[in-house]
Amino acid sequence: MKRPPRRTAIRLAAVCVLMLGFSYALVPLYDALCDLTGLSGSTSNLTQAMATAPETETVAERQVTLQFVANVDHSMPWDIRPDQFEMKIRPGQTYQTVFHAYNRTARAMTGQAVPSVAPQMAAPHLIKQECFCFTSQPLDAGESVEMPLIFKVSERLPETIGTLTLSYTFFDVSQTSGTQSG
Amino acid sequence: MSEIAAAHDDHHDYHPSGLWRWVTTTNHKDIGTLYLWLAMIMFFIGGAMALVIRTELFSPGLQFVDPQFFNSMTTLHALVMIFGVVMPAFTGLANWQIPLMVGATDMALPRLNNWSFWILPFAFAMLLSTMFMDGGGPAGGWTLYPPLTLQTGNALPFVIFSIHFMGMSSIMGAINIIATIVNMRAPGMHMMKMPLFVWTWLITAFLLIAVMPVLAGGVTMLLTDKFFGTSFFNAAGGGDPVMFQHIFWFFGHPEVYILILPSFGVVSSILPTFSRKPLFGYSSMVYATASIAFLSFVVWAHHMFTVGMPLAGELFFMFATMLIAVPTGVKVFNWVATMWRGSMTFETPMLFAIGFIIMFTIGGFSGLMLAIVPADFQYHDSYFVVAHFHYVLVPGSIFAIMAAVYYWLPKWTGNHYPERLGKWHFWLSTIFVNLTFFPMHFVGLAGMPRRIPDYALQFADYNMLASVGAFGFGFAQLLFLYIVVVTIRGGEKATDQVWEGAEGLEWTLPSPPPYHSFTTPPVVR
Repeated sequence: MKRPPRRTAIRLAAVCVLMLGFSYALVPLYDALCDLTGLSGSTSNLTQAMATAPETETVAERQVTLQFVANVDHSMPWDIRPDQFEMKIRPGQTYQTVFHAYNRTARAMTGQAVPSVAPQMAAPHLIKQECFCFTSQPLDAGESVEMPLIFKVSERLPETIGTLTLSYTFFDVSQTSGTQSG
Repeated sequence: MSEIAAAHDDHHDYHPSGLWRWVTTTNHKDIGTLYLWLAMIMFFIGGAMALVIRTELFSPGLQFVDPQFFNSMTTLHALVMIFGVVMPAFTGLANWQIPLMVGATDMALPRLNNWSFWILPFAFAMLLSTMFMDGGGPAGGWTLYPPLTLQTGNALPFVIFSIHFMGMSSIMGAINIIATIVNMRAPGMHMMKMPLFVWTWLITAFLLIAVMPVLAGGVTMLLTDKFFGTSFFNAAGGGDPVMFQHIFWFFGHPEVYILILPSFGVVSSILPTFSRKPLFGYSSMVYATASIAFLSFVVWAHHMFTVGMPLAGELFFMFATMLIAVPTGVKVFNWVATMWRGSMTFETPMLFAIGFIIMFTIGGFSGLMLAIVPADFQYHDSYFVVAHFHYVLVPGSIFAIMAAVYYWLPKWTGNHYPERLGKWHFWLSTIFVNLTFFPMHFVGLAGMPRRIPDYALQFADYNMLASVGAFGFGFAQLLFLYIVVVTIRGGEKATDQVWEGAEGLEWTLPSPPPYHSFTTPPVVR
C-alpha cells in the first residue's frame, strides 16, 4: 500500500455531500433561471418588466384573446371564478376585470392566488399593474369579495401568439397568513 | 474437491465457514461473488416481471393482469434491472477484477466493501415488498415523475428509502473503487498502463459519486412533498413538476453511462485476447471514455424535449447529444481496427463481445435518431424509445456482463465452462433478443405508446413476435445459470493464462487465484 486510501475516501465522501447540496441548490437556481427567462409561465418578474417597459408603447392594431382560469388547491374550500372567462384585447392597452371569491366555510380564512401564464413564451409580456395575487386575501366565514385585476399585454407579444391563458390557483395560507408567497 | 488442500494452504488465516463466512467477509473475491449472485437472482426476478408484461401484450385487450399491476410491473422491472442487475453485476466484476488487474492485495477499504454489498439485499427486499402493500407497488414509471408518482399508495416511502439504500451502496462502492485504483496500484502500473476495464470503472465511479447524491436529493424532495407539505414539485404551492424532470435527468443521463462504460472496458479487454493483437488506440479509448463521461452532464434535457423548452435550449441539447456520437464512434472504430487482420477465434466471450459491438451500435443509431428534436416529438414516449434503450442495455450492458463472466469464469473457478453450451447460449440469446426488440422499432414508429397494457389492433402481429422472443430469451438464460453452476462444480481444468492470447496481471496468477493474491506486489514491465 503506497498511500493511505482513507484520505481519498474522505475527499470523495465530501464530494458526495456537496452534490447532495447541489441537488437542493438546483431548486433556487431553477427558479432564478425561470424568472430570468420567463419560462414555465412564471410571472414573478413583473415589477422589473413594468419598470423597463417603455412609456411610449403604442396600442397595436391586432386583437388577441385572453382567457381566465381560476382553480383552488384540493384542500381549499373556496369558490373562485373570473367575472369574464374570455376577453378580446389589443396589446398595449390597459384593461380591468374582476374575479369573484366566496368562502363557503364557517370560519375566517386567508387565501393566496398563484398566477401562471400559458403559453410560456407569453409570460413576460403579460403585465399586471394591479393584482389580487400581489397580496393574500382574508375572507370571513361566508363572505364574498370582488378582486380587481388591472393588466395589459405588451405589444411586443410575438405575432404567433393569438390566445393567452392566465390561470390562478388559490390555496389556503390561513396558518401562515401575512407571509408573501411566490 | 481440493477443500482439504485449500484449508491446509490457508491455515494461518481465520476462515469462518458456512453462511457466516459470507456475511462477515471482507475479501474482494467473496464480495465480488456475492454481488454477481445478487445480480443473477435479480436478473431472473426482473425477467419474470418482463414476462408478465409480454404475456399481457401478447395480444390486444386486457386478459391477464389489471392495468395498475401492469404499470407496477413496468416500473419495478426497470428499477430491478438497472439498480439490481446491471449495477451490482458491474460492481461485482470490479470487485473481482480491479485488485487482480492493478496488482493490489484487496480493495482499499474492505469493511466498507462488505457494508456496501450487504445494504443491497435489504434495499431490494424493501422494494419488492411494495408489490404486496395497499395500493400496490409503484406504478408511475421508474422515472418517478410527479404528480403521478405522488399518487402511489403506501409503497412510496418504501420505494424512496430503497432508492436511498441503493444509492448509498453505489456511492460506497464507487469510493472504494477510486481509492483502490488511486492508491493501491502495483509499482510500475502507471495510469496509462492500466487495463481499460480499470479505466472505464474509474470514470464510472466518478460519475456515480457525482450523480447518485442528486437522485437522492430529488427523491427526498418527492418524499417531503408527499408527507411534509413542501411544494418542490407542486405548482399550486409555487413549485414546478418540470423541475423534477430536470433533477431526475441530471442524474439519469450520467446514470445510463454508468450502465454502459464498464461494458466498454469489458469489450476492450476481450477483443485483444481473441484477436491476438494489442488493443488499437489505447490512449484514444481512455480519452473517448472521459469525453463521454464529461458530455453526459450537459445533455440531460434531451429526455424531455416535449416539455416546452425555448428553441435555443432544444438546439443546444440536440447538438450536445449528437456530439457524444463522436467519442463513441472512436471506440467502435478502435474495436473494429483491433479485430482487423487479427488471428481471430470465436470462443463464447468473443461472440458476446462482437454481438455487443454490432447490437450496441444499432441502439446507438436509434439514439441518434431520438436526439433529433423535430423527430423526437414523434418518437417521444413511444415503443421506439423502448426499442432504443433495450438495444443498448440488453445486447449492450447485459451481453457485456455475460461476455465478462464467460471470459473470467475459468480464472475465478479454475474450470473451463462447457464451450458448446456457451455458444448455444449466445446464439439463442442473440436470435431471441432481436426477435423481442427489433419489432418494437416498427410499432413505435407507427405510434404505439409505451407503458400501456392494451393497444390498437394494428400493432398485434409485431407484439406477438416480441412476446415470443421475450419468452425465448428468458428461457435461454436458464442455460446461462446452468453453465455457471456446472462450471463452479467442476470441468476441464484451466491453465493460469486460460486463453492463448490473454495478457495482463490477472493471468499471471493460478486459476483459481489464491484467497489472498498479490501479497507481494507484482512487477509491472
